[in-house]
Amino acid sequence: MSPAAVAPMVELAEVHKAFGHHHVLRGINITVPRGSVCVVLGPSGSGKSTALRCINQLEEVSGGRVLVDGELMGYRETVHRGAPALQRLSPQEIAQQRSRIGMVFQRFNLFPHMTALGNVVEAQVHVAGRGRRQARERAEEQLAKVGLADHVGHYPSQLSGGQQQRVAIARALAMDPELMLFDEPTSALDPELVGEVLAVMRDLAESGMTMIVVTHEIGFAREVADQVVFMADGVVVEQGPPDHVLVTPREQRTQDFLARVL
Amino acid sequence: MTEPAAVGVAEGGAHPAHDPVPNRIHAIPVRYPWRWVSAAAIAVLAAMALHGLVTNDQFQWPLVGRYLFHPNVIRGVGWTLWLTAGSMLIAVVLAVLLAVARGSENPVMRWVSWFYIWVFRGTPVYTQLVFWGLISVLYPRLSLGVPFGPDFIEFSTKDLIPASRGALLGLALNEAAYLAEIVRAGLQSVDPGQSEAAKALGMKNGSILRRIVLPQAMRVIVPPTGNETISMLKTTSLVLAVPFTLELQFATNAIGNRTFSPVPLLVVAAIWYLTITSVLMIGQYYLERHYGRGFDGHAAATTRSSHRGGRGRQSAINAAGTTHDPSPLDEVGGPPKAGTL
Repeated sequence: MSPAAVAPMVELAEVHKAFGHHHVLRGINITVPRGSVCVVLGPSGSGKSTALRCINQLEEVSGGRVLVDGELMGYRETVHRGAPALQRLSPQEIAQQRSRIGMVFQRFNLFPHMTALGNVVEAQVHVAGRGRRQARERAEEQLAKVGLADHVGHYPSQLSGGQQQRVAIARALAMDPELMLFDEPTSALDPELVGEVLAVMRDLAESGMTMIVVTHEIGFAREVADQVVFMADGVVVEQGPPDHVLVTPREQRTQDFLARVL
Repeated sequence: MTEPAAVGVAEGGAHPAHDPVPNRIHAIPVRYPWRWVSAAAIAVLAAMALHGLVTNDQFQWPLVGRYLFHPNVIRGVGWTLWLTAGSMLIAVVLAVLLAVARGSENPVMRWVSWFYIWVFRGTPVYTQLVFWGLISVLYPRLSLGVPFGPDFIEFSTKDLIPASRGALLGLALNEAAYLAEIVRAGLQSVDPGQSEAAKALGMKNGSILRRIVLPQAMRVIVPPTGNETISMLKTTSLVLAVPFTLELQFATNAIGNRTFSPVPLLVVAAIWYLTITSVLMIGQYYLERHYGRGFDGHAAATTRSSHRGGRGRQSAINAAGTTHDPSPLDEVGGPPKAGTL
């Protein structure tokens, strides 16, 4: 497979994000090939979650380009007064783009008024337009895959954190995404529950899903990642295979960070 | 060695074999003598009040009994119920629209909503009701058409808005302004992470509101709305201002004036208002339970056996019996891989 023939799944090119005068991302370049796992590490406040949220347009980028599967996210290229320009897509068009990308949040964000099954059925029916029955079957299958076949009828408040996060993963996967984004998926979990969520993510990676994972789990990065990105102060300090970035980092900031977390 | 457990079992007697606690404490409860004293005092006061009600001939209890189900009174109850239910229904729909408009990204909608609430909350409901009564004087004919241009349809205002509809409209439009603020507070109470998760799934703003945010906001919206409904029940007595004269307060008052016995008819009205309020409170209880599902241990109680005492998250989890202590990794299947790494 020649890299030129297939567009990378995700491409961030010189991405900037500023909240008012607060410049969070200062020109990020990350390329994630199809079927690979990219783990983003960095101290808190380094902009790694913001970078992730720019990919599915939960944050509007201030500068640069975000491409998913070769498609420009959030904007349409057009011509304004004779010069090339970008026009913001309508909320409906952005929703359409998002429906191909799954996202898992630090705080799970399950819908508390729906059962585990209801959570997984919801977007299938109201976004993908599947029939209730088909959506239900798919939801049951997906929940079984994350080890929750016995808990389909439970509300999120009746589930442990690890179980909730696995429902959240099933909810995203039921939409058949091409790309999965994980925003610190284990940071809100009790230590003994982290393993079950990482196990599901590991299985997912083995199945060939393209994943971008923001996490503090260095062990997971070393074991599963094809590529590790280390961010600090809104820039990518170092990126490459885990052996390079995690074992023999070149940059002083990466070395300092790893010394602190390991 | 004498074990305290043995003593406990001997004392308890009943079924020592089933008690998993070997050293069960059979504590002597704390005594609350003042509760008994206060209960006695309240009982005396209540007896005095009851005595005053029953023995005072001015209340004319036989008259109360005779007029409680008088046709005019029953019709009054019917109209009062219709005005309350109808105006609240219109008000709730309008309030949701106003609240959404208030939080909209469209500045025109925001401004319209703000203006509406400003006007209708800023003037007395009595004044508004008088205005609705006078609308057919202000605008004898209403028409749909192009401003300053031709009309397509024309109505006589008196036919379109008779007193009963004027009353309904007046109450509803005023109430919507108050409810809009309640709905807005409800919408704001929902964790922003909820719409974010829905957005990430590709849901559009309309379905996010209908399917995700509003159902959760209802938990916050229902209790004050129940309050507003009960308040509305009694505000309906103001529709005399329109003037609309068939509702309960006016109907009982009219009989009272005619028979020179205002007090028993006031009691009749009070009995009916209290009865309706009680029914509304029951309805509110079920509404709150419906929208509270998933937020407490309640669903566990209905889906599982009968574990109802539990409160809060942990007991909800326990009640659901979804977690088992040994190892959460078992459920994932496959060998437990290096834990926290």
